[in-house]
Amino acid sequence: MIKSLEELQKIKEAWLEAISLREAGQKAKIVVAMGTCGIAAGAREVMSAILDELAKRRLTNVAVTQMGCIGLCAQEPLVDVILPGKPRVTYGKVDANKARQIVGRHVVNGTVISEWVVNRGGE
Amino acid sequence: MEELALHILELLENALVAGAHHILITMVEDEERDQVTIEVQDDGRGMGPEALQKVLDPFYTTRATRKVGLGLPLLQATAAQCEGNVTLESRTGQGTRVSATMKLSHPDLPPLGDMGATIATALSREEPVELVYYHRREHKEFKFSSTWLQFHLGEVPLNCGPVLDWVQRYINKGLAELYGGEGK
Repeated sequence: MIKSLEELQKIKEAWLEAISLREAGQKAKIVVAMGTCGIAAGAREVMSAILDELAKRRLTNVAVTQMGCIGLCAQEPLVDVILPGKPRVTYGKVDANKARQIVGRHVVNGTVISEWVVNRGGE
Repeated sequence: MEELALHILELLENALVAGAHHILITMVEDEERDQVTIEVQDDGRGMGPEALQKVLDPFYTTRATRKVGLGLPLLQATAAQCEGNVTLESRTGQGTRVSATMKLSHPDLPPLGDMGATIATALSREEPVELVYYHRREHKEFKFSSTWLQFHLGEVPLNCGPVLDWVQRYINKGLAELYGGEGK
């Protein structure tokens, strides 16, 4: 319990440090589709892997959010990456392993992994 | 759904889509009565009597992207399979309460599953939601409150990866203690 709170304090410090370095409003965003179709296809495991990967890399400046069913049920789990100033990229049939690579290659290094992309620039 | 936690995630997503600001998840495992009760209560926009009658129909949905709803019918199927049932209470503008009971010793009862990931997923959003998760098993209990977490975090948003990762580990550790283990 006490150890857990110490850990939380460290995350808080890392976040405060990160915010002092970055410009206001410039924030990457990861969106996971969480409709029934997404959940049944494994979206929660994908979300869990993304959170774990962000924690391992100590990335506090990435917002993690969710969306509902967008009608691409056959492509679920869907993950969108929105980098500041870049069009939205939607990845399909993501699993935990792909999700970790999306964090490392796309969110961190800025390289779109074209073979998994199902849509670009969508709203 | 292979886990009770996935059914709970479905209920949480329904509550969030209904615009809930407060969500209370209560789970009670009662060995004496051989019953597990899962309840999700929200203060979202709720439903009128007409919609309430239809939500257990797999082909009822309010969304436009897909012609089937499925969330609640799947929960009802699991409950029925485990000698239990689902009850719904809702009022337009006031919120919804979904309660599912199942026989605790039933061989088809799905495992609890990854509740930590379920709660972390529900909190992964920009608009904050106050979520309380209360779990009682026999005489032991575990409680998590997002308000308590936010208090400790101060200005740090909940939907920050390392924070939500902490949430999933914290909850799973708390639950492991509830089940007599040492935690992951």
